[in-house]
This record gives sequence, structure tokens and C-alpha cells, in this order.
Amino acid sequence: MATIDYPIHQKIEYEEFSFSETFYKWVATVDHKRLGLMYIVTALVFLVIAGIMAGVIRLQLAFPNGHIVDPDTYNRLFTMHGTTMVFLVGMPMVAGFSNYLVPLMIGARDMAFPRLNSFGFWIFLFGGCLLYFSYIGGNGLNGAGSAPDVGWFAYSPLTAKAFSRGASTDYWILGILVSGIGSIASALNVIVTCISMRCPGMTMSKMPMFVWVMLIDSWLIVIALPPLSAAQIMLLIDRFLGGTFFNTQAGGSAVLWQHFFWIFGHPEVYILIFPAFAILSEIIPVFSRKPIFGKPAMVGAVVAIGFISLGVWAHHMFAVGMSSWSNTFFTASTMLVGIPTGIKIFNWTATMYGGKLRFETPMLFCIAFLLQFLVAGLTGIMLSVAPFDWQLHDSYFVIGHFHFTLVAGLIFGIFAGIYYWFPKATGKMMNEKLGKLHFWLFVIGVNLTFIPMHFLGFLGMPRRIYTYAPNRGWETLNLVTSLGVVVQMIAIAIFIYNVLHSVLKGAKSGDDPWDAWTLEWATSSPPPEYNFEKVPVVRSGRPLWDLKHPDDPDWRFE
Amino acid sequence: MQEVITEDALELSKNWKLPDRGKVGVLFLIVTESALFTIFVVAYIVYIGKSLTGPQPKDVLELPILSSICLLSSSATIVFAERALHKGALAMFKLWWAVTILLGLEFLVSTGVEWYNLIYKEGLTISTNLFGTTYYSLVGLHASHVIVGMGFLLLVMAVSLAGFPIQTQMRRVMFLSWYWHFVDAIWVIVFTVVYIIGR
Repeated sequence: MATIDYPIHQKIEYEEFSFSETFYKWVATVDHKRLGLMYIVTALVFLVIAGIMAGVIRLQLAFPNGHIVDPDTYNRLFTMHGTTMVFLVGMPMVAGFSNYLVPLMIGARDMAFPRLNSFGFWIFLFGGCLLYFSYIGGNGLNGAGSAPDVGWFAYSPLTAKAFSRGASTDYWILGILVSGIGSIASALNVIVTCISMRCPGMTMSKMPMFVWVMLIDSWLIVIALPPLSAAQIMLLIDRFLGGTFFNTQAGGSAVLWQHFFWIFGHPEVYILIFPAFAILSEIIPVFSRKPIFGKPAMVGAVVAIGFISLGVWAHHMFAVGMSSWSNTFFTASTMLVGIPTGIKIFNWTATMYGGKLRFETPMLFCIAFLLQFLVAGLTGIMLSVAPFDWQLHDSYFVIGHFHFTLVAGLIFGIFAGIYYWFPKATGKMMNEKLGKLHFWLFVIGVNLTFIPMHFLGFLGMPRRIYTYAPNRGWETLNLVTSLGVVVQMIAIAIFIYNVLHSVLKGAKSGDDPWDAWTLEWATSSPPPEYNFEKVPVVRSGRPLWDLKHPDDPDWRFE
Repeated sequence: MQEVITEDALELSKNWKLPDRGKVGVLFLIVTESALFTIFVVAYIVYIGKSLTGPQPKDVLELPILSSICLLSSSATIVFAERALHKGALAMFKLWWAVTILLGLEFLVSTGVEWYNLIYKEGLTISTNLFGTTYYSLVGLHASHVIVGMGFLLLVMAVSLAGFPIQTQMRRVMFLSWYWHFVDAIWVIVFTVVYIIGR
């Protein structure tokens, strides 16, 4: 029997670096932790940019006959808001969290392909900058530029050369195509890391839930992003080489674009929500002081979503006029996804049931997620019924539904994750008082904004209108929605202040402030570049529990 | 924190074997490329017979039998090359590798000739009709993959002719051959869809 130090707590030496040295260290890095943080910070910057766009949209719609922006600008605003939120906020959040945490959780030194990882980040950032360059170069640099205005799903034939003059649509295509290459590179890397880089003893069944969810998420990215790239390449051929893929006058089909886009687009919403699932699956057990309830069922549910979600895309197209067989099939498959999602909600709740709950900020965000995501899921099941969808297609009900999944769902999960792992990444605690203030303001703001949208949809307000007449009965609800945005913005401002303040002056956190069980808490905070001095050996799904309770280790029961 | 590492834990880390990361990486690269090709193949199938103007596939397409045989047999010759490399027979490796390159080159040249005839004799370009658009996109996407593969094949040939000990890079040669098999398998699908079903 040999006694060794494990896990290793070595002192980090804080050396003084000049600006250029620090800059070089970040730009030239291939370290998964730095790249992960760069992804997350980039995503937060784009979140603020696209959030301000949403603010302008809501300012325009706060009162009837609004004249803050003209119709063309409004079209650009909702296009850039949607595109940014999906491709430049959601996708880098996936990449950022999985980059930072997957190698730490499986006891690896780094990702499987560190240089590919760095390439993925920079090509993604380049794609994002290319998209935003359209504000300057959208009309080909002759005078005033313009951004894309074709909507985030860029339906054909609006994107044809005849209807989208100038280069703005090309910036949309190329920016997303290029950043998609980055997403695929990063997803490929996560898959290989999960399969080939696990530390001794960590079998697939002992992988933390977070890693499992991110593995399936990456699988979805690898399968579902290429269809978008393919469709965008076809669109480029149409626009630049005179191809006729989506040209209805030459026999092409505008509906085919919709199919191709949603073959990507629907798995994409699961790709976006999975990081929240992953984060919840780590935080809820730790703050309930119980192992996660029914882990095999949870893994099974995620895998099931990873396959079923590939076959539901046309529920976005009920109003297009498909055959009733297609409508029936896609209604049924969409409802089917509700089952594994329900399993997850039940299991998170069951994890909390009878637990010793700690209501700190990360946990508060998780609990709010559970309630709000349930609402989002239920409106999703409503929309999966084809006749119901015919009634409310392209109305504010749909806007309310998917903002409830992505803001009241994903963004809550992301905030929970940031509050939870901030001490790991910086060695400092975030301010709990400001955190709770942020939480309550954000809950109020989000619900004020997005609940009235459902009712606006029932009252017949279509999406993407730049203004409305005063006699429709929409005034009060629109005003409430816009006021909610103000509350959200205050909450986000408090969050940003909290992050900056805590980085500079936060209380020291120690290595394991939450008394958690996964491997990332075994190393120091922030972790050294090599993560673990000695490769850890694990024998259960909760290696740190085994360490802390040698008399009652988990592996005895597994 | 201290932990007593028991004998079985030491045993565990000694016997811990996971799949090669390069293999898994190439495998999933092939998966994601397959997803890309699937959409182009679907578009081709959807648009069969939908062209409003000529020329139609049956008027202008001829079966590329010889070049298909060349490309598919290059999958065999690259395996022979790999086997020779495993045995340490470097001369045989270079020979089979050169044959692979020549077979691939034949395929590219005959694709070029086919396109030349289609464009200048039959007047079919990418903007002529739906057939032209989907044909040049799908065959071009495949051909561009062959070109990328050719680049790597030539690289391996060049470095081994320059005296680089290529037997130290057996893994990478294997990954390249996997990619080459993938490109060949895609050609079977493209051939079936374009020249058999679509004609």
C-alpha cells in the first residue's frame, strides 16, 4: 500500500507580466481553460450587444405607432438579434463550458486536440466579426452599409439575388458558415476527449452527468450543423454562380431551404438547451446534498433526445402546407421528445426531494429554471399540435415560447453555471447579495417580458411587425413586455458589476467552496495549466465523495 | 487531502486503455462529412427530372466506368501500400502508393474531361438548369474531396521519396487511407444517384 498525495494542491505563483506578455499568453494559448474562458467572455459580449438590440426593438414596440427606428432598420435589428443570440451567444456558451469543464471533470491534462481547439475559437470569432462587419460593408463599402435583414432563418426566396441586393445576405451566409466550422471543430474535440482522454477508472458509466450531456450535445452539433453549411453553400452557389437550388422560377423549391434549415434548426435548439441541462445536473445534487436521482435514466433520456430531436424538424413548417401524413408524423415525433425531457425534470425534482437544500445563487437559478422551463416545454407541446400551430404560427405566442426556453431556460442555466464555477476559474467568490438581487430582478424581468408575449399571440399580434395601430388591444401588454426588458437590463448590469467587482475584490474561495464531488474541485482554484499534477484514479461517479468519506465510499454501492 | 491507493487502483491505472484519439477523431470527421454529403445527395434526388429546360441527364451523361474502376481500385492499392509499410517493405510501399496516386489522378482527369465536354460541347453549366446546378455541386463537392486527398497522398509520396522515415508515421498513413476509403464510398453513392437513378 503506497500513500500518495492526491489530489494535488500546489501553490500558484503569481508573477507580474507586462501587457504584451499577457496579451501574447492569451492570444497564442492552446490551453482548454483559457480558450473556455475566452469563449464565455466573447459570448457575454455578444449577449450584451444582442440584448441592446432587443432593447431597441422593445422601445419601438412599447407604444403603438412607434417611430424610434424605420422599418428597414427594424428588419436588420431582429435579424441580427436572432442570429447573434443563436450563433454567437448560444454556440460559444456550449463550447466555452464544455472546453473549460470536460477535461477537468474527466481528469485529463487538456482536450484531445489543443491546437484544433484554438483554431475553433479563432475561426468562430472571425465568423462573428465578419457578420458584424456587414454594418460597414453590407452594401459593398459604397457609402452607408447595412446588416442582413432576412431573418435568422433566412427563408428563400427572400435571400435570392433579386430580393436581397447588396452583400448583406452574403455576410450572413459567410459569417455563419465560418463560425459553424469552429463549432464543429470544438464539438469533434469534445467527443474525442470524452472517449479517449478519461482518467484511469472513469468508465463511461462513471462520467459525470455534465460530461455525458456535453458528449451528446457535441454529437448533435457534428450531425446537425453540416446540413446548415450545405444549405448555405447551395445558397452561395445560387447567389454567386447563378445556380437554381432555391429559384422557384427555374423549378427550384423554396420549401427545400426550409427543410434543410430546420433539419439543422431544430436539433440546434436542443444543442442550445443542453448546456443548461448539463449545468443543472451538477448543481442540483451538490446543493441538495444528494447524488443525482436515477442517473442511468438521465443518461438514457439525453441519448434519446439526441436521436429523437433529429426527426422533428418539420414542426416548424406546419403552416407551409405539407401532407397530412407529414403533419401527423412530425406532431407525434415532437410530442415524443416531451417524454425524455419530462424524465429529466422529474429526476431533478426527485434529486431535490428530501435533500438538505442550500438556497444559494446557483441553486436559485436552477430552481427558477425548473419552473420556467416546464412552462416553456408545455407551450412547446401546445405548438406541436398542427391545428393549434396553424392558428398561432408566426405570432407572438411562438416568440414567447422560444424565449421562454432560451432566456427563462438556457440563460438561467448559464447564470447558474457562472455563479457555480466562477470560484473555480478565478479563485474568488461572487458576491452573494448582488447575486440574489440579480436573480430576483432577472426572474421578475424575464416573466414580465415573456409571459405577456403569449397573450399577445392569442390576441393575433404577428411577429416581425415594426409597429402596430393603437386600436388592437395590444397596447398594455406591449408596454408591460417593454418594461420587463428594463428590469432585465438592470439585472444584467448588476451581474456584470458583480463579475468585475468579484474578479478584483472578491473573497477568496478556496479550492472547493461548495463541498462538491466532481474532479474539477480536486485541483486548485484557478487550476494550474496542467490541471492535475498526478493523474487521478477514480472508482465511482463521485470521486471527491470517496476522498472525503473513506469509510463510506460510493464505489461500494456501484 | 491524502488517499491510500490500494493495489487494485494501481492495477487499474496500469491496465487503463482507451481508444486512440486519432482514430476516434477521424471517425467523427467522417460522420460529420457524411452529414454534409447527405444534404447534397438529398437535393440531387429531390430535383431529378425537375429541370424546366434541357439538357437532361439522359441526353448528355455517359457512364464514367473506367474512372470509377480506377478510383475504387485505388482503395485496394492503398491497402497494399499500408501492408507493405507494416512489413517494412519501403520500396513496395512507394510503388503501391504511386499506383494509388496515378489511379486517383486518372479519376480527376477524366472528371475534368467530362466537365469540359459538358460545358463546351453540350452547353451545360451550373446556371443552365436544375440538373446543372445539382450535378456540378454534388460531383464537384466529391471531386474537391478527392483533390484534398490527392494533396495528402502527394505529400506522403514526396516526403518518403525525400528519405523521410515514413514507417514512423504509420498511424497518420492509416488515417489518410481511412479518408481515402470514405471518399471512394461516397463515389459509390454519387455514381448510383447521378449516373444510374438520375439518368
